[in-house]
Amino acid sequence: MSLSSQPQLDTSPDVSDEIRHTTCYMCACRCGINVHMKNGKVKYIEGNKDHPVNKGVLCAKGSAGIMQHYSPARLKAPMKRVGPRGSGQFEEISWEEAMETAVSWLAPLRKEAPEKLAFFTGRDQSQSMTGWWAQAYGTPNYAAHGGFCSVNMAAAGIYTMGGAFWEFGAPDWEHTRLFMIFGVAEDHDSNPIKMGIGRLKERGAKIIGVNPIRSGYNAVADEWVGITPGTDGLFILAIIHELLKAGKVDLDYLVRYTNAPFLVNDDPESKDYGLFLRGRNNKPQVMDRKTGKPVAFDRKGVTPDLVKTHKAKGSTWRPVFQLLAEKYLSEENAAENVAGRCGVSADTIRRIAAELAHVAFEEEITIDQPWTDWKGQKHDKMIGRPVSFHAMRGISAHSNGFQTCRALHMLQILLGSVEVPGGFRFKPTYPKPVEAHPAPHCKVTPGAPLDGPHLGYPRGPEDLCLAEDGSAARIDKAFTWDNPLSAHGMMHMVISNAHAGDPYKIDTLFMYMANMSWNSSMNSAGVMQMLTDRDESGEYVIPRIIYSDAYSSEMVAYADLILPDTTYLERHDCISLLDRPICEADAVADSIRWPVVEPDRDVRCFQSVLIELGARLGLPGMVNEDGSPTYKDYADYIQNHERRPGVGPLAGFRGKDGTGKGRGEPNPNQIQAYIDNGGFWIDHIPPEAAYYKPWNAAYQDWAVERGLYDKPQPYLFQLYVEPLARFQRAARGHGDIQPPEHLRQHILENMEPLPSWRPPFEDTAVDTEEYPFHALTQRPAAMYHSWGSQNAWLRQIHGANPLYVSGEIFARYGFKDGDWAWVTSRHGRIKVPVVRMDALNANTVWTWNAIGKRAGAWALDEKAPEATRGFLLNHLISELLPPKKDGMRWSNSDPVTGQAAWFDLRVKIERADPGNGVSQPHAPTQKSPVGQGPDTIAYGGDLK
Amino acid sequence: MTNLPSATEKKLGLAIDLDTCVGCHACVISCKEWNTSNYGAPLSDVDAYGASPVGTFLNRVHTFEIKADNRPAQTLHFPKSCLHCEDAPCVTVCPTGASYKRTQDGIVLVNEDDCMGCGLCAWACPYGAREMDAEAGIMKKCTLCVDRIYNENIPEEDRVPSCVRTCPAGARHFGDFADPDSNVSRLSAERGGVELMAAQKTRPVNRYLPPRPKADVTGDGQIDIPNPFLEAKNQTAKGFLGWLDKALEKI
Amino acid sequence: MYPAPSVILFTSLSGIGFGLLAWLGTGHPAVTYLTAFTFFFLAYGLAVGGLLASVFHLGNKINAFKAFSQWRSSWLSREGIMAVASLLVMAPYAIGEIFFGQQWPLFGWLGAAGAVTTVFTTSMIYTQMQTVPRWNSPLTPVLFLLYALGGGALLAGQTGVAMLLLIALGLVQALNWYLGDGAFAAAGHTLETATGMAGLGRMRLLEPPHSSPNYLMKEMVFVVGRKHVRKLRMISMVLLVLLPVLILLLAPAAHVLVGIAVLSHLAGVFVARWLFFAQAEHVVGLYYDMR
Ligand SMILES: Nc1nc2c(c(=O)[nH]1)N[C@H]1C(S)=C(S)[C@@H](COP(=O)(O)OP(=O)(O)OC[C@H]3O[C@@H](n4cnc5c(=O)[nH]c(N)nc54)[C@H](O)[C@@H]3O)O[C@H]1N2
Ligand SMILES: Nc1nc2c(c(=O)[nH]1)N[C@H]1C(S)=C(S)[C@@H](COP(=O)(O)OP(=O)(O)OC[C@H]3O[C@@H](n4cnc5c(=O)[nH]c(N)nc54)[C@H](O)[C@@H]3O)O[C@H]1N2
Ligand code: SF4
Ligand code: SF4
Ligand code: SF4
Ligand code: SF4
Ligand code: SF4
Ligand SMILES: [Mo]
Repeated sequence: MSLSSQPQLDTSPDVSDEIRHTTCYMCACRCGINVHMKNGKVKYIEGNKDHPVNKGVLCAKGSAGIMQHYSPARLKAPMKRVGPRGSGQFEEISWEEAMETAVSWLAPLRKEAPEKLAFFTGRDQSQSMTGWWAQAYGTPNYAAHGGFCSVNMAAAGIYTMGGAFWEFGAPDWEHTRLFMIFGVAEDHDSNPIKMGIGRLKERGAKIIGVNPIRSGYNAVADEWVGITPGTDGLFILAIIHELLKAGKVDLDYLVRYTNAPFLVNDDPESKDYGLFLRGRNNKPQVMDRKTGKPVAFDRKGVTPDLVKTHKAKGSTWRPVFQLLAEKYLSEENAAENVAGRCGVSADTIRRIAAELAHVAFEEEITIDQPWTDWKGQKHDKMIGRPVSFHAMRGISAHSNGFQTCRALHMLQILLGSVEVPGGFRFKPTYPKPVEAHPAPHCKVTPGAPLDGPHLGYPRGPEDLCLAEDGSAARIDKAFTWDNPLSAHGMMHMVISNAHAGDPYKIDTLFMYMANMSWNSSMNSAGVMQMLTDRDESGEYVIPRIIYSDAYSSEMVAYADLILPDTTYLERHDCISLLDRPICEADAVADSIRWPVVEPDRDVRCFQSVLIELGARLGLPGMVNEDGSPTYKDYADYIQNHERRPGVGPLAGFRGKDGTGKGRGEPNPNQIQAYIDNGGFWIDHIPPEAAYYKPWNAAYQDWAVERGLYDKPQPYLFQLYVEPLARFQRAARGHGDIQPPEHLRQHILENMEPLPSWRPPFEDTAVDTEEYPFHALTQRPAAMYHSWGSQNAWLRQIHGANPLYVSGEIFARYGFKDGDWAWVTSRHGRIKVPVVRMDALNANTVWTWNAIGKRAGAWALDEKAPEATRGFLLNHLISELLPPKKDGMRWSNSDPVTGQAAWFDLRVKIERADPGNGVSQPHAPTQKSPVGQGPDTIAYGGDLK
Repeated sequence: MTNLPSATEKKLGLAIDLDTCVGCHACVISCKEWNTSNYGAPLSDVDAYGASPVGTFLNRVHTFEIKADNRPAQTLHFPKSCLHCEDAPCVTVCPTGASYKRTQDGIVLVNEDDCMGCGLCAWACPYGAREMDAEAGIMKKCTLCVDRIYNENIPEEDRVPSCVRTCPAGARHFGDFADPDSNVSRLSAERGGVELMAAQKTRPVNRYLPPRPKADVTGDGQIDIPNPFLEAKNQTAKGFLGWLDKALEKI
Repeated sequence: MYPAPSVILFTSLSGIGFGLLAWLGTGHPAVTYLTAFTFFFLAYGLAVGGLLASVFHLGNKINAFKAFSQWRSSWLSREGIMAVASLLVMAPYAIGEIFFGQQWPLFGWLGAAGAVTTVFTTSMIYTQMQTVPRWNSPLTPVLFLLYALGGGALLAGQTGVAMLLLIALGLVQALNWYLGDGAFAAAGHTLETATGMAGLGRMRLLEPPHSSPNYLMKEMVFVVGRKHVRKLRMISMVLLVLLPVLILLLAPAAHVLVGIAVLSHLAGVFVARWLFFAQAEHVVGLYYDMR
């Protein structure tokens, strides 16, 4: 047979009949996707090359979208519960019956006591819409998932510099030369971070990973700092100590762009101790080096001092920077003094500090791009310090997370590396200082809307959400003295507070897209108990639960009324500037989803359902004067709703002719314009506005034009956060609004206006000799929380999760491959398989998050590995701290923001008899409301 | 066709950068997704929602740990698909002639119309790059996306393998190793691209770019960066303020 | 390697079948009519039955006939051709003995040579696998030939030569086990060479590519416990060689006992063949850290 007889291949087969551009929702990263359609089915999903977020790449989850879309776990129709809660027994009902049932529950509540509805949503991307609905309904009890997610990061960022890491900013990947990444496994910016890291590698920039676990990004980092969990604050402050000692801080930057020169009352006797010296117009004052007199910080031509102490009004006033230098130069922050606790050697700390200083100040970069600052001063170049940072839940999901995040921002700012070439840059709609955000609102009027938006950033005690008697106004106790700056609410406390009737009882719990009986709760077994508990009269303690999910998740089984959602390929959505948009540091952008496939089941887009529900309830904004619905559905809302005149959910293609950018009347063809444009809209920031955004006149003007703000709002970075000092002031007994006695000390200690480190609560609350190890979770790149397990492709990668145990622990307890262990915390005990890992902090164990499943959920076989060997660490984590001496139990959260302290967990470990090889605890099997998936799939055979 | 061509016009293959691969499995799923509905029989998943799902994948990512003395252990993500060997033993063992190496570009393929599913080629492959599909009973392997790279129905810039196009970190590079100036040849030369199991004499085309040396040190006292930058000018806060005062003069 | 029953059956049965044919073809014993029929029925039955069993192993049987096409490079193809050719060439010889009571030596010797070659080609399917160092040895063909000829001799009632061949088989098998146990290490393949990452340190698998098993693991990463191996080797040695030789030595004429010797040998072959596969370490196991 001659070689020329090789088969003739068709190397140009037809790929698809049509490509539809929409937005991925296999996670919250919001990448653009090209959905290839063949014979009316989804054939292939690839990244959209033009899309600002992913520029063509796609992660494993995104590529597995086909299996999610055709998942056997999809809910098929509205359902009402017919068996006991948790059993999974349901009966399908019509949408009419579902809507009528919901209205019959919600309408009377609204008339009498709207707060008896608690409406909490998960990781959806329509919070501006759901929040608007909840406000119109009038309940104060609304939030999304941020409280258990990463509010420490968000709040610390916004209070400090008007924007956070999270997905609200990014390193300047094209210019940075040294990148430090703290506590990140995946983050919301999954693809952009990977692309960025790839870019840094290409450019030969150095990456330092700070993480107890060396996997993922830390595996490719050039240097790994295997820090002890919960001690990043110490590590960062030690770096700051070393930098200050060496004078390696960017003074010019500090003077220009931060409140370093602001004068602070340093007189402990004064009632205004800790507050800024304010002049006329209430403007903070700085010391002018030329005149030696205090003047308004923004006076033209002022050269502020950072050194001089000022005496006035009978008190001593000192510049922020002086306080800062004093605080961090103190020996307790010296590398030697923190090394042991951090598990990082003093030499390493110093070397990293030296590297940061070296790159920041010796490898300064300049871009030939003139710009003008907010004071009108012209600069002929953009100067940058090419060190950049990123961080996420590894530092924020601790009870000292807020201050640790603040410390990191302080480090960035001292190095002059925020919003400069090579540094960290904000993505519009950020930067946006606290002043540009609302304060929280909670005033209830039966039958009427709430007095304002639920969530926001308190400026001081007056913004707390307290009832007349000082008790919590909200069911989650957000914005109380326990957690004053809980800017995202505290969803993780809702079920346990509602169950306890503390601060009050509710009637209906309405949730959307959050698997609260399982992986998004601490103490999952306890939560399942609370959801099924009955009172003396035999009624459920939480009387009614409405839930919207798209799939047969664990939470579905615990609800009374199910509103089945579509998959992400079957509905309209907007990824809005009013919410969490897809902007890049160089551009403003937003995007849509649209039904690229029509649903083949009796399911409806949840937001459309909510709009119809609003109309049936007659909520303001949702009905016309004649009582008819204002919006036909979500798509209609997206196109026609205006939040402020000319500003609506979508910023692109506004106005009748579709040319409006950011501002303009509603455009009846807007959604089509998005579809025609690839599913998104983008508008680039002009080059002169690309950096220094908070202080750049061109940026400020551009942002106003685009409707991001209504007037320019330049601001300074807050090294010293005065709102925190206001809470401390109250704790010292000043002011009308006073904390309860037992919290005074707590507030003083935790609300320090300059960041400081305190041990995680759990470390002080439990015997760390008895529970010597830290236990963590990480997100696997190829799995999204619980919702990936129904995915036939992804579940083969992560169908079960072992506990990874450090080599040291493994050896100390004589573990062998294939062994099992009992892992015990102060709260619970689990039995799990273990695997040795050496690239791990010596005192740490960890597992992949949310792989364990309840038998019977997700249309999986009850013997599925997810349900047998898979497990949740959540059983070990309590939503409450151990009782204090006074019997009080505080939530297991950051004392400032209420962020759930997932990673404070301490455990002990012992070898276990593997027994039947089933992890413990093992929740009883539920009935599957959707049956079980097919045996074999061979997708795509008919799509050639 | 089971004889190997003595030479191929091109040597198309992948250079996989282990210094950049974050082990995200994007390439694994993208490969599955493309190939299940393109070249040949679909890639089935048996017991897909059951107790022991087993599916066919043409590319899988292993994670290894490396321990050396005096440095922290290192994690290595290692994607593996067909290396399109020049002396591909999988081809010569094939009794039906289904397996062959293309003369034009060196891609090793299975002509599914001829395959009888004996599994011998999988035995012959040292790298585990061939998987028999349980549903179809036919041998599957990486096609180097032969139905993409020349496909005139897709935009030119997309004519690369699905795994390469999708890799978020840019760790996968596609090109012609026969051309010393190609992207992959240059990368491999610069970064010391390695062959897997050279002793098997399969002469793989694909190259792996090893991780760059890590900067990790565990021993103390190894400050390798110009430390004068941390020369302590100001041991005390007081001294610091003095320095500050002077420094501010200069601004 | 996964010890698939079909492949064990195939190699064991067809091996003995072709072995028996080889003896028959050379006139050991020279039989006619009904006796010849019985012998050839047995020999063809074993050889063809084995070949059929191998077809069961195929994922896509309709293409089985294409296996004859690649004789220039593929040992499996050669084996197929040789098997069919030998069976065909042997047919006239068998017909002569059964129906005409005649020996036509040309066919007999040709057929016998073909039968031996067939066994050799079978053995080369395994011997050529560089990926399985235990197989990749000149002993493999020797072993296969001894299995075939020894077993064949036993069936053919060639007591003396059978004893000698079985003893030789026992020795070579023992040597093969001994050398085989060191073969993987001797080949020098390690996780470091498999990943090309020599010099970075000691490597181990942290996380397999999928938490689910896959074809490769099932097919090529089959592992048997050492303890079982030792026990099974002893059992197979007893059944394969010891018991048959003892019987042949002590009661060469006792039909029942010789029958037992044959069955014992067959059972020994199955056990040894199971071990042949089950113990074979494929280099791909390195990637799963299971070598
Ligand atoms: N131990 C531990 N626990 C943790 C964490 C941790 O790090 N460690 N992390 C915490 C964090 S940060 C978070 S954000 C939470 C996340 O936890 P959850 O918010 O509960 O996340 P998911 O598991 O993704 O579940 C969301 C639900 O949304 C449903 N869903 C998916 N798509 C759709 C859709 O299109 N429409 C509707 N209506 N529903 C849909 C899914 O079926 C699922 O039931 O977990 C928290 N829990
Ligand atoms: N693929 C995928 N992507 C996701 C998600 C998902 O489920 N899957 N979930 C999304 C959601 S809701 C969120 S909130 C984000 C979260 O994104 P990440 O913050 O990346 O999420 P985690 O997996 O919780 O990662 C926390 C990391 O911090 C480390 N860590 C823990 N404690 C400490 C510490 O004290 N110090 C330091 N330095 N590190 C520590 C852990 O080892 C881990 O690597 O990811 C989002 N992206
Ligand atoms: S990161 Fe992955 S799952 Fe998330 S939106 Fe992008 S492609 Fe989809
Ligand atoms: S997609 Fe790229 S980074 Fe991810 S596992 Fe594959 S090669 Fe590695
Ligand atoms: S990697 Fe394996 S399948 Fe691919 S050509 Fe080489 S031997 Fe054949
Ligand atoms: S499985 Fe198919 S391709 Fe592989 S050797 Fe057998 S016939 Fe050839
Ligand atoms: S080249 Fe194509 S077939 Fe090969 S691994 Fe990549 S995506 Fe899969
Ligand atoms: Mo989250």
